[in-house]
Amino acid sequence: MTLWLMAGLLFTPLAWAVLTLLTDFRWGRLVTWAGILVQILVSLGLWLTVAEGGGFYYGLGGWDAPLGIELRVDGLAVTFVLLTAVVASACGWHAGVYIDPEKPWHRYFWPLFWFLWAGLNAVWLGGDLFNLYVGLELISLSAVGLVALGGKAGALRASIRYLLAALLGSLAYLLGVALIYGQFGTLSIAGVSFWLAEHPTPTGSGLALALMVAGLALKTALFPLHQWLPPAHGIAKSPVSALLSALVVKASFYVAARLWLEFGESIGNLAVAQLLGLLGSGAVVWGSWLACRQQQLKQVVAYSSVAQIGYLFLLFPLTFSVSEAVSLQAQQGITLQVISHALAKAAMFLAAGNLILSVGSNRVDALAGVSRFLPFSLFSFSLAGVSLMSLPPTGGFAAKWLLLQASLGSGQWWWVGVLLAGGLLSATYVFRIFRASLRENPETDQFYHPARSLEVIPMILALLALGLGLMSDQVLTVMALPFEEEGAP
Amino acid sequence: MSAPLLYSLAGAVLFGAGLFGLLRLSHLLRKLLAFNIMGSGVFLVMVGLPQHQGGPDPVPQALVLTGIVVAIAATALAVVLIRRYYHLSGMTTLDEVPDHREGDQG
Amino acid sequence: MTLTAWMPVFALMTSFIASLVIFVLPEKGYRLRTAVNLGAALMKLVLVIVMVWGVFRGVDYGVRFTMVPGVEFVLKADALAMMFAGLSAVLWLLTTIYAVGYLEDSPNRSRFFGFFSLCVASTTGIALAGNLFTFFLFYEMLTLSTYPLVVHRGTEKALRAGRTYLIYTLTGGAVLLLSIAWLHGVAGDLLFREGGHFIDADPAIHTSLIIIFILLVAGLGVKAAVFPLHGWLPQAMVAPAPVSALLHAVAVVKAGAFGIVRVVYNVYGITPSSTLGLLQPLAWLAAFTMIYGSVRALAQVDLKRLLAFSTVSQVSYIILGICLFGPVGAAGGLVHLLHQGIMKITLFFCAGNYAETLGIHRIDEMDGAGRRMPGTSLAFTIGAFGMIGAPPLAGFITKWTMGTGALAANMDWVIAVLVLSSLLNAAYFLPILHRLWFREAQGEWPNERHWGRLETSAWLFWPPLFTAVVTVLVGVLASLPFSPLSWAELIVLREYSP
Repeated sequence: MTLWLMAGLLFTPLAWAVLTLLTDFRWGRLVTWAGILVQILVSLGLWLTVAEGGGFYYGLGGWDAPLGIELRVDGLAVTFVLLTAVVASACGWHAGVYIDPEKPWHRYFWPLFWFLWAGLNAVWLGGDLFNLYVGLELISLSAVGLVALGGKAGALRASIRYLLAALLGSLAYLLGVALIYGQFGTLSIAGVSFWLAEHPTPTGSGLALALMVAGLALKTALFPLHQWLPPAHGIAKSPVSALLSALVVKASFYVAARLWLEFGESIGNLAVAQLLGLLGSGAVVWGSWLACRQQQLKQVVAYSSVAQIGYLFLLFPLTFSVSEAVSLQAQQGITLQVISHALAKAAMFLAAGNLILSVGSNRVDALAGVSRFLPFSLFSFSLAGVSLMSLPPTGGFAAKWLLLQASLGSGQWWWVGVLLAGGLLSATYVFRIFRASLRENPETDQFYHPARSLEVIPMILALLALGLGLMSDQVLTVMALPFEEEGAP
Repeated sequence: MSAPLLYSLAGAVLFGAGLFGLLRLSHLLRKLLAFNIMGSGVFLVMVGLPQHQGGPDPVPQALVLTGIVVAIAATALAVVLIRRYYHLSGMTTLDEVPDHREGDQG
Repeated sequence: MTLTAWMPVFALMTSFIASLVIFVLPEKGYRLRTAVNLGAALMKLVLVIVMVWGVFRGVDYGVRFTMVPGVEFVLKADALAMMFAGLSAVLWLLTTIYAVGYLEDSPNRSRFFGFFSLCVASTTGIALAGNLFTFFLFYEMLTLSTYPLVVHRGTEKALRAGRTYLIYTLTGGAVLLLSIAWLHGVAGDLLFREGGHFIDADPAIHTSLIIIFILLVAGLGVKAAVFPLHGWLPQAMVAPAPVSALLHAVAVVKAGAFGIVRVVYNVYGITPSSTLGLLQPLAWLAAFTMIYGSVRALAQVDLKRLLAFSTVSQVSYIILGICLFGPVGAAGGLVHLLHQGIMKITLFFCAGNYAETLGIHRIDEMDGAGRRMPGTSLAFTIGAFGMIGAPPLAGFITKWTMGTGALAANMDWVIAVLVLSSLLNAAYFLPILHRLWFREAQGEWPNERHWGRLETSAWLFWPPLFTAVVTVLVGVLASLPFSPLSWAELIVLREYSP
């Protein structure tokens, strides 16, 4: 059973990718919609398996580490697998209707989409450093390809810039991996962590960790390394932007977080933890500020991603040499932030795409008066915005609440200011959009309502982000499931 | 100076040189070459640093093979994008065009 | 779960579902929308009446589940909750009737009524919240759902007012969140409980408790429009009259005042608040706001702005009342939560009628309006006399009870404040009444409309008259069971002897 699930998660996306490579856009769409169904079932199956029996290690194809591919299947990983299934399905469905099938190069959307999905699953489940590298590269390359699908010079410039940043980040990470292997003789995260528990920390391993975290921070677009993100996310097709903001940046953060939680306590130090938190805070403030100043709707959303990513980096200070309870709160808070931001931001980009389709312009001012037509997408956009503002009862609020508790509990009260100010700043840019739409404008008398299916998808995602707040306890329970340690190397 | 250390130092120098090139050169193909030099540096560290019972370790050799494949894929993609970009804009650098054009809508 | 557990959820859901249905209905579905609106409002009123009866007999309504690790979502109906929920249910029905008439033929009605119901749902949630966390949930929902109502007209001025409103309330919300989170860190998840939680608090946390209390009051004081956090309220007057009525009488302003009551009574407890020395400064602040609001009201030329400053002053009566340590004064403050709501909504309905029927917005345009619109003007007069505190109207009951309470609590200076405030109320209301009844009209009304037999549309005519009658009745019948005063005494009894 598990064998089938694993194969379904990692290899079938690759098979869909190859298959869609051979077809045109319309056939690719059919194949993809069938594939989405399979992926959802498989992801749900794995999630249920873990929810019933707890997590486990799995050697792919019966080969164990170091030569085989070792997978770590725990509650957190399967939650992200399921999240990916939800968000990617929504984007795939939306894209099938949204993207113009007449342009010949658009057919490459499907293979790239599937490579991306395969890479994401590989990263969530990956248990060793090198396989994570391969997964990250697969994600980056397909993401860059997706951005370039825009086809115009601007899209290509953004995608090349994105590619160079991503490659630089990957190489820094890989150099760190090489140093780790040289030092510890293993690539398995669990193996390194096991070694560290037995031996004193060797000097120089800090450099390896620093290289890896720096590389990953660049790929996650941590302030001040964020300049590549807004052009790429802003210019891509809306479903692509949604995938990129919701999932792609989270993958590299996930790896960084895993590394920190396993090695941080022994290899990391207080200064690094605080510095990362500080940069995260900088991202929150600076990203929100720039989001307030953008003239184009999707740029607002893209800069909002920079800001929201900043919160994630509070994980580092809030889990470093603090009590077990505080660390748990911080981890739960960050996990909720990842999930709620993924759902809300995907909803927001898709809704923004619909609004742009409706008013025929990417500019914020073009929205004047559209509220009169009760645009469904504006409503989805607002609901997602509530989650980004981290107001109750959304997932964003639950995350903020836990992070507040963690900050106060560990005595690091300075992050409280960041969390509260971040909420207010995000309110500023979200309400700027509402304000524009509520402004009465007699000239706006035409409004194009996009297809129903386009409008429903962002609403579903926004409602999920909203419901996450009410259900967060249940969601977190699955993540905290016991891990079966026998399989550990 | 031991062999592993020598390899790693050489790798580090290559990495540094590549990094410098990637950041400072403006021509996109040069940037791409710089990236490849960086990659070679990383692979050198990876192969050279680990020692297995006094001899070279076989595992990293396998990993580097994979790494090279990934690097080739990345390079190929980059070349395609750069070529297409050159066709569309006639430019070989990422400098902003003076008249800021509206992006692709949607 | 049993039916009793679900009652608060039903009460909440009536307005919430109504709001969702209205959003989906087409703009032209006028009859259906009105039917949904009124049906939901009536259903809610019935539910609330059933619950009031249940709470009186001591039935425990409530539902709870863990929302975020360590914090519960709690809905619970106690006497205080029912007071506020009852107010919101009654006034929702009246305001809906009024709003249907007021917005006849104007654009964006689906949007308006959708957010209007959502706003009432939040108010009900605030009333029924069983801990600060749940309270905060609905408190923020209220902020979000009132914003589209404030900027409803979409003019530059409305958008500016909306921005001011958001800056104030969202910042207040952030401060409130901080204080709630901090309190949670210090003392854990605190259910609202009669008598509070800090009767024998560890002296080590006293300082934290005092700072948290100040933050809580600052966060809640924004919505309660306590000086110096009242700046948004007069600006928000650009909203349509039913919105102003709802904002002032139940929703936003009262939510803040109600929150302060909750904090003092059910989180800290009246006795610990007093021993921590928190009540005295709060009383001074409230007293100052009372005088300040009235003085500012004197200088207004716009009728709705005048009423807004009057609200600033009147809401602080509630806060001052609960600061009077002793059951009598407390009952006076609490009962004003209802009394002020009924009186103020009367006045706003009338102001809306003048604007809709005659185009009157400024006070100096009101000369002789009493003869043109006798019904509305009668209601206005009753409301104004109620505010001044003339016996036997609602306002008199408040002021009399508070005065007695102040004497019992040895806070004689409060009497002086009450008298001064009443004089000021008279000083700004009596000239208006004089203009209404004793001056000749200055010729043409700015923008007159006719509706057949009645002086104005029937939808607009009856609600203010009804609330005016209620203003008289709650005053005259204050000693009967289930009158607001008796209910307030019940709450206070449970608070002082938990």
